[in-house]
Amino acid sequence: MNPITDAVVWLNDPDNWQGPQGILSLTGQHLWISFLAVLIACAIAWSLGLWLGHTGRGGNAVVVISNASRAIPTLALLTILSSIGAWFFGTPATVISLAVFAIPPLLSNTYVGIRGVDPDVVDAARGMGLSASQTLWRVEVPLAIPLIAAGFRTAAVQVVATTTLAALVGGGGLGNIINLGLGQQKSGVILAGGFLVAVLALATEGILALAQRMLTPGRVRRKTTKPITADPAGAAA
Amino acid sequence: MSNLQAVIRYGALHSDTAVLASPADAPNPWLSWSYLQDNAGSILNHFLEHVTLTLESIVIATVIAIPLGLLASRVRWLAAPIVGITGVMYTIPSLALFAALVPFTGLNDTPVVVGLVMYALLILVRNTVAGLNGVPEEVRDAARGMGYGAGKMFWQVDLPIALPSIMTGIRVATVSTVALVTVGAAVGSGGLGQLILQGFNQNFYRAQIVTASLLCVVLALFADVLLATVTKMLSPWARRRAT
Repeated sequence: MNPITDAVVWLNDPDNWQGPQGILSLTGQHLWISFLAVLIACAIAWSLGLWLGHTGRGGNAVVVISNASRAIPTLALLTILSSIGAWFFGTPATVISLAVFAIPPLLSNTYVGIRGVDPDVVDAARGMGLSASQTLWRVEVPLAIPLIAAGFRTAAVQVVATTTLAALVGGGGLGNIINLGLGQQKSGVILAGGFLVAVLALATEGILALAQRMLTPGRVRRKTTKPITADPAGAAA
Repeated sequence: MSNLQAVIRYGALHSDTAVLASPADAPNPWLSWSYLQDNAGSILNHFLEHVTLTLESIVIATVIAIPLGLLASRVRWLAAPIVGITGVMYTIPSLALFAALVPFTGLNDTPVVVGLVMYALLILVRNTVAGLNGVPEEVRDAARGMGYGAGKMFWQVDLPIALPSIMTGIRVATVSTVALVTVGAAVGSGGLGQLILQGFNQNFYRAQIVTASLLCVVLALFADVLLATVTKMLSPWARRRAT
């Protein structure tokens, strides 16, 4: 039989959907690992980004962090963290390395979003007697929301996609199916696993794109093709 | 690596993940000089394989991306689908993509190169389109007035002006590709990634994992600096504006 037929047959077998290593339970694991990683990354990146953006400090550091993080292979950090000790092996190592890679897009978009707020608007807010924290929360953050949302989408989709690698270090998730297929040399299983992971990543992207659209006022939406730059300040959206 | 070896390694991976050896049993340093000395040949081979996989992927992706970007910037209605499709491909996780190609290609370098080309395409096509769209219409008008034909216009006007944007795309794509190659280890390729994954599966051989990881980072940073220098040399007029 050809791999595609095999994959369809495998996906249609109810036994493969149930149980601790079934599709449903692995999807749950996958989403849980991703959720934890995004949660940790947001807690760190958003607070740091808001602070740096508000005070206008550390712009260079944000650029350097974003560029340097691209050069570090996720697999390297995953295996290094997993090798620290048995107590760290699996889910903790996976969550932390995924969080590390989710920080740069969240941080640079938050920073750029806050810095990008028209200084006249901030001046007006201060002139009206708003305190520093009121200015941040009532003026700067609302105006930066479109960029912050864009960064969240990039980071979340990237995390859901990368969680697949957790299977290689014993961390669980849908990558387990691919790994199982590779181990048993069953093309159909490999293909089915790849398909499920791709669907999950694309669904995450679709849902978040919709959410981002709802959070972004119409006039801010842009349709032009923006270049990707080595300087993330320019490629934030 | 032969298919057989790769398969044996997967078997090992599955049995290993359940049983954890305690790292405290034997000294397991993060960096080891003797590891470097004893494995210099193997490290060099994997390093070169890493470089080859990266080069192959970037060269193929560039050859595909420039005409595709040109098409997208010239034929308006094609821009959205071309950029959209490359975007969808970019969202698919690397391991899923490599794995999905394995049944058709076997466990070797092919699925990895095909996958890496698909990832690099998004970055390269976007930057080519942005670069070409950024060519000022007055400049093209002036060239047309001087009697430039379509071919001369592309090679002597459009391409040089779009070059900084295209080169930036190549730079970013190269750095990401160097990092992504490692995932290829899961399908029996992957250059330094193989050392990382093998080291991990052999009771967390830290020296091997860290050495291979550091080499990946050094290679990516070196490629970044090299391409930045080449970009500056190729577009001396952009230097003043950039700073």
